[in-house]
Amino acid sequence: MKRSLFQKVWDAHTVGTLSDGRTQLLIGTHLIHEVTSPQAFGMLRDLGLKVKYPERTFATVDHIIPTDEIAEPFSDPLADAMIKELRKNCKDWGITFFDSSTGKQGIVHIVGPEQGITQPGMTIACGDSHTATHGAFGAVAFGIGTSQVRDILATQTMALSPLKVRRINVDGKLAPGVYAKDVILHIIRVLGVNGGLGYAYEYGGSVFDGFSLEERMTVCNMSIEGGARCGYVNPDEKTFEYLKGRPYSPKGEAWDRAVEKWRALRSDEGCAYDDVVNIRAEDIAPTVTWGINPGQAIFIDENLPIVSDLPEKDREGAEEAYVHMKLTPGTPIKGTKVDVVFLGSCTNGRISDFAEVAPYLKGRKVAPGVKAIVVPGSQVVSQIAEQNGLARIFRDAGFEWRGAGCSMCLGMNPDKLVGDQLCASSSNRNFKGRQGSPTGRTILMSPLMVVAAAVTGKVSDAREVFDIHPAKA
Amino acid sequence: MALDKILTVKGRAVPFMGDDIDTDRIIPARFMKCVTFDGLGEFAFFDSRKEFENAGKVHPVDDPRFTGASILISGANFGCGSSREHAPQSLYRAGFRAIVAETFAEIFFGNSTTLGIPCVSLPREQLNRLAQLIQEKPATEVTIDLTSMQLTAGDWKTTITLNSSARQALTEGKWDPIAELLEASDSIQSVASGQPYISGY
Repeated sequence: MKRSLFQKVWDAHTVGTLSDGRTQLLIGTHLIHEVTSPQAFGMLRDLGLKVKYPERTFATVDHIIPTDEIAEPFSDPLADAMIKELRKNCKDWGITFFDSSTGKQGIVHIVGPEQGITQPGMTIACGDSHTATHGAFGAVAFGIGTSQVRDILATQTMALSPLKVRRINVDGKLAPGVYAKDVILHIIRVLGVNGGLGYAYEYGGSVFDGFSLEERMTVCNMSIEGGARCGYVNPDEKTFEYLKGRPYSPKGEAWDRAVEKWRALRSDEGCAYDDVVNIRAEDIAPTVTWGINPGQAIFIDENLPIVSDLPEKDREGAEEAYVHMKLTPGTPIKGTKVDVVFLGSCTNGRISDFAEVAPYLKGRKVAPGVKAIVVPGSQVVSQIAEQNGLARIFRDAGFEWRGAGCSMCLGMNPDKLVGDQLCASSSNRNFKGRQGSPTGRTILMSPLMVVAAAVTGKVSDAREVFDIHPAKA
Repeated sequence: MALDKILTVKGRAVPFMGDDIDTDRIIPARFMKCVTFDGLGEFAFFDSRKEFENAGKVHPVDDPRFTGASILISGANFGCGSSREHAPQSLYRAGFRAIVAETFAEIFFGNSTTLGIPCVSLPREQLNRLAQLIQEKPATEVTIDLTSMQLTAGDWKTTITLNSSARQALTEGKWDPIAELLEASDSIQSVASGQPYISGY
């Protein structure tokens, strides 16, 4: 019987079937952070339970950590209480904690791969919906709630219903100026924000074969925005290359044996999928959101949709979006004035994101009146950027180069929009109030589009700003 | 850890319609700066309620006509976005014991079920009819019966859906799976040792 990678990993981790019919699934690798874990540890204490496999849980602090000053106590006493609670829980139970003093702290979905903790064939869970990021390595990775964090701490398993698998092929060649972020925004636009309900997304095709692991992470990261419970890419030589020599990667002969095992960890040729979607790379242009969910997106050179032209079921949501976003249907989105630009997040806060855009930014300045911040995804990313001069390019251009964390992706730390500021953001969600101000407005886009917005002060087509033409590619 | 069997949920309802109501909308991130879930009830739909207020309108949740409602009615893809359990925890603490919508985002659905909050679905037409009925007669008692899979609102009746495992978990008092998960400790050990990344490559 030919099986998908999802099915292989699921089968290998199945402990049994629960009385309600759900599968009891072993979660081999558990990642925790300060926001969704303290209540889980509290529940363990209340139930008199222990952390069963502390060596299979790894912790970091990311959501609430300030990005300007990490000396404790933090200015926000609630945030300070949260980091201390996590530190205590990790110490009490013997859990590895990539604390702010280790030089390895960062966004949980950036730290895992960076440290080599994320590996092919694993089941991974974290109390954070962007856990699908780890699927880029051929792991099956789930975002979970706090009660499930408790379940995994206590048993290393959780209850889950099996998923269908949708194969999404993106074939062809992406045009210059079109990135992994545009690919996933386009997929969500095509399939809808709830199109993935009940599915795991398997991404493949020549575009994914050509993608780096970082680019694959950007796409897998936003699977949840399309309603899919997880998303993954079959591992290949690039995956192994990325993992080689990382702190938690197997070493010596164990490495060779691991790679041999990983090579077999992919969907069988000709296996059955519950659904297959084919997308042409040439059909994708730089994409920006205009509304209050990530599916409300258009190509940069399109006009904002007229509500009555939309399918009936989308009209009410579109009207609500226009009220919040203060944009005018039928007009171009290009040229919309921006107040803030944010470059970072678990979607686009990796070193490759900064390395890709820095050459375009070099020698230019952030437009007057625009607040521009770069938040590296981890302390490791930050160290590399300082060493190789990338951080300086951003500073010279007028960006604030900050410390590592989730920051303005969700505004749980001091980095927030103010009032109805409009933010060009490389993050993953444009929900009302997402960036810390209830009336704040978010336009999601690729890192290069964020930089284009930074230097022009408005939503711009990066291909025009930076003179990127297919002919010159 | 015996749990109640949830066979029916009875009470008044409040419609907060619209699709893709995300968990940031249900509880904004800033209220997640806490180490327990206590007290989250007052923050349910906080910014959304403020937004209505600022526009000179009354949010359904604040509307005195719906005071005391324990059943929330909404649209498609309810609870999308962040996996925060803070969302169903705040709804529970705000007094909600069941949610009726066209569809639910999966993580939210799982989180709610584990707290014993049935998330039942109705096709769009029936959903709109229910919402309209409640708008017109807010005092109507709504009954969600997980045995007959019927929703009754006054003398109007319709069939609800709920996946079989969640239905079973709720009606048999096993909606929090921890006890059953713990029972399997030997099998867990055996499956764990079968993983090369755990036992060694």
